[in-house]
Amino acid sequence: MQALREEIPPSAAAGPAIVELRGVSKVYDGRVEALRAVDLAFPEGALTTLLGPSGCGKTTLLKIIAGLLEPSAGEVFVQGARVTGPGAERAFVFQDFALLPWATVLRNVAFGLELRGTARAAREETARHYIAQVGLSGFEDSYPHELSGGMRQRVGLARALAVDAHVLLMDEPFSAVDEQTRRKFQEDLLRLRELEKKTFIFVTHSIEEAVYVSDRIVLLSRRPGRVSQVVVPEIARDAAPDEIRRDPHYLDTVEEIWRGLRQYVE
Amino acid sequence: MVVFGIRLPLFSSLLLWCLAWEVLGRAELVFLIPPFSAVLVALGGLVQTAKFAAAAQTTLVSFGLGMLLAIAAGVPLGLLMGRVAAADRLLGMWVNLFVSAPLTALVPVIMILFGLGQATIVVTVFLFAVWIIVLDTRAGVAHISGSLVEMGRSFGARPWQLYGKIILWAALPEILAGLRLGLIRGVKGVVIGQLLVSVIGFGELFELYSRNFLMEEFWALTILLFAFAMVVSEAVGLIEKRIEYYAGVRQ
Repeated sequence: MQALREEIPPSAAAGPAIVELRGVSKVYDGRVEALRAVDLAFPEGALTTLLGPSGCGKTTLLKIIAGLLEPSAGEVFVQGARVTGPGAERAFVFQDFALLPWATVLRNVAFGLELRGTARAAREETARHYIAQVGLSGFEDSYPHELSGGMRQRVGLARALAVDAHVLLMDEPFSAVDEQTRRKFQEDLLRLRELEKKTFIFVTHSIEEAVYVSDRIVLLSRRPGRVSQVVVPEIARDAAPDEIRRDPHYLDTVEEIWRGLRQYVE
Repeated sequence: MVVFGIRLPLFSSLLLWCLAWEVLGRAELVFLIPPFSAVLVALGGLVQTAKFAAAAQTTLVSFGLGMLLAIAAGVPLGLLMGRVAAADRLLGMWVNLFVSAPLTALVPVIMILFGLGQATIVVTVFLFAVWIIVLDTRAGVAHISGSLVEMGRSFGARPWQLYGKIILWAALPEILAGLRLGLIRGVKGVVIGQLLVSVIGFGELFELYSRNFLMEEFWALTILLFAFAMVVSEAVGLIEKRIEYYAGVRQ
């Protein structure tokens, strides 16, 4: 276990670790072993992606960090404190958006603050700010079913940003939206990252997406999920989006990761 | 309905049935069926009597009380069964048994327990209405998308917030469907209870009319009760329609 931790190369962009996993395992119903002794550190201010084949336990890992699931063994530390449940310093973005269908965009975005008991005027002001940030101005009074999938996920993202958490946990946030929207989303995510200076932990099964948005990519093996490799894409983030997508470094990293994952799908 | 190229308004077929009733009544074939017009006249007279007002008041009060109790007990019980598997296993069998059981058979027992008075009627209404409310609430809660609850937890919802701000609302369409069915059953409960107790409310009136063969008044009262049950069910149906728009778009 110790050896495995030392294999993880320090990222160029990495600050001190804000989230730390120590020997995290998860067994469902005493039969299905989803994760086995995962040791990981997530540097503050970086966007780290958990990437792996379907069923490798990457969503399980994210939900354990979120405090939504309890690990069968091991511990999670966020900002040095042991995780025993959800906390205000972490916010979650859901794959299926998880919006309240009976509430407007404004109330949905403000919902995290509403649960915390923030006064109405204050929380709606914050919500309006983040609705503008994700490009949904003018839709404050719309209901989720009136929005496209991409717009709904923007609502989910704004809700997570509105509670001003330090760590944003994103569970395949773009998997339920179409490819064009997805690309636009990835670009917006990079822009938001610059703006918000938060730590992002991102789960995806798309290699291209991972390489495009991440500072660090953690490759998980097939079930039981273990850390098989950590890749740090050396990509100039200041370039234009389509330049990045043609950058040889970008393409090489995609290829390298594919070689790493290939063994699990064959 | 279109007859001879003329578009007839809704319920116009009802007129036809009323006419048939009138003819049948006038023919004096069965003394149990007086002409419809005579029933209407009796209805007009009936609603003005003090006895009717008193009966209507008792009936409405026991119906209202019984329904309030049924909702107050049924919705939380349904929530519990939908959320806690152990509670569902423990209670599921009984709720399913009672929802289909001929509860009328229990009224005499209730009468012994609660006496020949309003308490018996309230309990009867409660027993008729509560089970379907429990079942529908349970179904609604059990089918909530898991991520909505996870969302609530991840944003730090306390248990009462989880129920009050998420679960109850997400299950609202099913809860309202349960309420509508519960109200209809409650109307049955109040009538059956009063008929069996037969010394209070409409039960007393029914007893009085049928024993003295006052068929006009008997039918007038029957029509009133039918209309009441329909109005109650339609009213809840309207509320249901208003929130249906999001029931269809739930994730």
